[in-house]
Order: sequence, then C-alpha cells, then structure tokens
Amino acid sequence: MPSIDQFRSEPIVETIGGDRTMVLNMGPQHPSTHGVLRLLLEIDGETIVRIKPDIGFLHTGIEKTCEAKFYQQVIPMTDRIDYLCPMTNNLAYVLAVEKLLGLEIPPRAMWVRLMLNELTRINSHLVWLGTHAMDIGAMTVFLYCFREREEILKMFEMVSGQRMMTSYFRVGGLSMDLPLGFLDYIKNFVSYFPDRIEQYSDLLTNNPIWLGRTKGVALITKEDALELMLSGPTARGSGVDWDLRRDMPYSGYDQLEFKVPVETAGDVYARYQVRMAELRESISMVKQAIANLPDGPVKAEAPKVVLPDREKMKTQMESLIHHFKIVTEGFTVPEGEVYQGVESPRGEMGYYVVSDGTAKPYRVHMRSPSFANLNAIGVMCEHNLLADVVAAIGSIDIVLGDVDR
Amino acid sequence: MSIQPAITDLELLKERPAVACLLSALPEAFLSAKFDRDELTVWIEPIHLINALNLLRTSTSTRFTVLADLTALDWFPSEPRYEVVYSLLSHERRERIRIKVKVNGADPYIESVTGVWAGASPFEREVFDLFGVRFQGHPDLRRILMPDDWEGYPLRKDYPVEGYR
Repeated sequence: MPSIDQFRSEPIVETIGGDRTMVLNMGPQHPSTHGVLRLLLEIDGETIVRIKPDIGFLHTGIEKTCEAKFYQQVIPMTDRIDYLCPMTNNLAYVLAVEKLLGLEIPPRAMWVRLMLNELTRINSHLVWLGTHAMDIGAMTVFLYCFREREEILKMFEMVSGQRMMTSYFRVGGLSMDLPLGFLDYIKNFVSYFPDRIEQYSDLLTNNPIWLGRTKGVALITKEDALELMLSGPTARGSGVDWDLRRDMPYSGYDQLEFKVPVETAGDVYARYQVRMAELRESISMVKQAIANLPDGPVKAEAPKVVLPDREKMKTQMESLIHHFKIVTEGFTVPEGEVYQGVESPRGEMGYYVVSDGTAKPYRVHMRSPSFANLNAIGVMCEHNLLADVVAAIGSIDIVLGDVDR
Repeated sequence: MSIQPAITDLELLKERPAVACLLSALPEAFLSAKFDRDELTVWIEPIHLINALNLLRTSTSTRFTVLADLTALDWFPSEPRYEVVYSLLSHERRERIRIKVKVNGADPYIESVTGVWAGASPFEREVFDLFGVRFQGHPDLRRILMPDDWEGYPLRKDYPVEGYR
C-alpha cells in the first residue's frame, strides 16, 4: 500500500508555471460568493488558467451531531443545512424516516407538504434571482424579489412560527394544521405573483447588459454536466432532461400536471431561463395543490411515533404515556437503510439514513446539491475571463451551508 | 403500507437487471445482494469495483450512467470495519441501485472512481476527510471540510461527538 503522501497533489501555489501567471485569492468574505466560499484563481492577465474552490468554512459536523440525536430531533438540523429551502430538507428527511418505518401519512398532510415545498422553491429562486442580478450589476431586481419573498416568509411564519428555520414537517405528518385564514392569504399571493414574475422578466430578459453578461458565458455541455454529477436547474440548463419530481415522484407529485423546463445552450442565460420558467411552474403547482387540498387529519395514526394532540394528552392516560415515551426515549426505527432523493431548488437533495433499530439514527448522510454542483466551477471558468467568475457562481446557485453542512 | 422483510435470496433477485448483468459478465465481482424497502443493494468485491461500476454504467440492460452519491459507513467495532457506498442512478430506466464495498479497518483504502465519474472527486475527499478511507489514484486527496491540520476522522464511531478535549 503506497503512503498517503503519494495521493497528495502539490498545493496550487507551488505548481504555478513560470512567471506568466499569478494566484489571486477570492473570498471567503467576498460578497458575490454567497457565503464563505474561497476561490483560488490562477490567472494569466485577465484569463483564468485554473480555479480551485476551498470550502469547509461553515462545516459544523451536522452529520455527526445527527448520530447523537433522536430521529425527531434531527429535523431542526436539516433546516440549517440549506437555509433558503428549509422545507425541502425537512421533506427529504421525514420521507426517508417514513420509508424506514413503513409509515403512511394522511392526504392533507401530503398536499400541505407539497404546497409549502413549492413555495420554498419560489422563495429560494427569488433569493437566487435577486442576488445573482445584483452580482452582475442590476440592483433593482433584488428589491423587487425581496418584496415577494417577504410575503412567502410571512406565510412560513403563519404555519410554523418561524420565518426561515421552519421545522414544520414531522415524521408522520405535520406539527399542526394550517392556521385559519392561511388559505386566503396564499390564494391572494398566487393571484398576483404571476404578474410579478413578468416584472422581473421585463427588467432582465431583453436587457442588453444582462444579455451581454450572461449569453455564452460559463458554458457547460450535457456530457460534462452528467460526468460532474450536476443536477437541478444547473444541469437542465445544459439539456439534461431530468427532474425527480416528474421522473421519480414522491409526496404526491405524480398527481400534478407540470412541465419540466429544459434549455440546451448551457450558459448562464439558459440557467436563468430554466429558473424563471420553474417559478411559473411552481406557482401553477401551488394552485393545483390548493385545489386538491382535502380536509382531514394532518398526523398519521401511529401513536408510538407521532406525538398525540394536546387535548388528548391532557385527558387520556394512554396518550400521556405515549407522549412521555416519545419525548424522553424517542421512537425506535426498524433496522435498514434508505436513500430518499428530492428535487430541491438547487438539484438532487438526497438523505441516506441508516438505522440500527434504536431511537437514534446510525448514520445520516446528506447528499447536498450545492456540494456536487460546485464541481462545475472549474469547467465553467477555466480559459474564461476573470469578471465572469461572479456570473458563473451566481448561476449555479450554491448555498454554502449546503456545501459544508 | 407496512415493511416487507428484506429479500436476500439470490434466486429471487437474479432476474433484476443489475444483478443479472453482474452475474453474467463479471461473476467474480458479485458478493451478495439485498432488496429492502424498494431499494436494491449489491455488495461488490473491492478489487473488481471499477470494472463492476464501468459495466453497470455502460451495459445496455442497466445504464446506471449517473453517480448520485458517494459516502461511507463505519461499523466499528466489527470487521471489515468500513463500507463505502455508491448510489447509482439511471436516467433512462428511472431506477436507483446502491453498490457497497467493504473496507478493512487496519488499512482502509479503495480504488478511486474519479476515472469513471470525474465529479466523484470532492465526495471521495469528503470520505477521506471524515472517515480516513483513502482512495487510490485520486488526483488530489486532501482534507476538504475539516482544517488541513486536523487530527482524527470525525465521522468514525470511536470519535466522540464533542471531539477530543
């Protein structure tokens, strides 16, 4: 067995060739890196020769922490991975645990999950659009986007009491039913939001500066996208026709009608078009979910897993015992392992949960889309201009909490 | 929906495309298989890993062209201690498969799959960083999430959750 040193390649600073190139450090506090991403750029004049991301500044060991917590205590950890789409992460995790338990959830809970999941996608895409446009120099879009995002965060606060770290989904359903007046609020939102998408589009789609900064920039081919494990809108901008919501449906997506926007150009503009089209599709999915939303319970009939209603817990001895047991000892999950992938706004968010039959997960692994999509940065930027790095990072829509976990 | 018992009997699984493909073209690589909760897991002989993955990737009956995920498990204190887990995905057939290889605890190393999927590079670095499993032939095997001078491998089961004090 060769020693470990054989695997190490030389650090970038020592291998730069001759006196033509220089190494430029970008980040970790650079405003356009969307968090704490550090990039080492080897440049020859204005052209990038090599680019290496340096990550790990936000690593908090969430996967290790999960192993020391009960299954239900992991849910708040999943919010904190990707702070722009907390519901998507909650959903992927609870679906994985429900699959391990063999638990069926009531239809109302499923539709509410789906509806909020699509709102989360809109929320995340609005932050992406605003910050991406601001990075390239279009300041106005940011203010427009955050106006609507505020409405979505208000809705999250209505259902869960929290604007960002919602933790609203539970293993076996939801933490509580939707509040009174919520449906009216969301119906009002979906009625005016399509016009707002046109407002953003008017500011950018035919804007000559925007076109100049995005068309033909940071190209990536379909073959490279598959080879580099890209997913989500980043891959769909390069012609990879794959969306987990349509192709491997979960949580009721098979009962919806929607299109999966795909562009073949593979540049920043193509990824912009895909995400703008996804905004329109998402709003139509929210409408369908509202129309399909049935009445009924929001928690599964599984007293050993799902916390009882407050009323029952106060009046029935058996419910009190179950409540006490779940809170103090957690619930046990049969031995096994599952991988649950969901389509997050960034791509395939996968939870690989291994159970050894106790009340704590043996291993929780998060396959985060940003971590894989960061692979693209090399192909997108090398042999291109330094100024386009910012456009490239914006177009793959990374969240550094998601990369580092 | 209740849980069906896991199927490990090879007679019941040999019809599945991935198992059939491995058994016919590369029987020496195949160790065992399990079908549990609608997910197929196949254990592969470590020395044949690259050939098996290449076969599953190119064979017309399987077409697992996408590597969805790469991670590892630590089964401390049993031996072989580690399992490296590859989640493959077939876009054409809309199917997933989990490939596992067992790696011993004394000198954990396995062939790198960066030659098959270049995108596996950061995933292998992550496993090296957090489990200490080395990937032979990886172009740039350094720590990725932890600081470069960190001692120990945090996701190993004998590493305390609060870290060493």
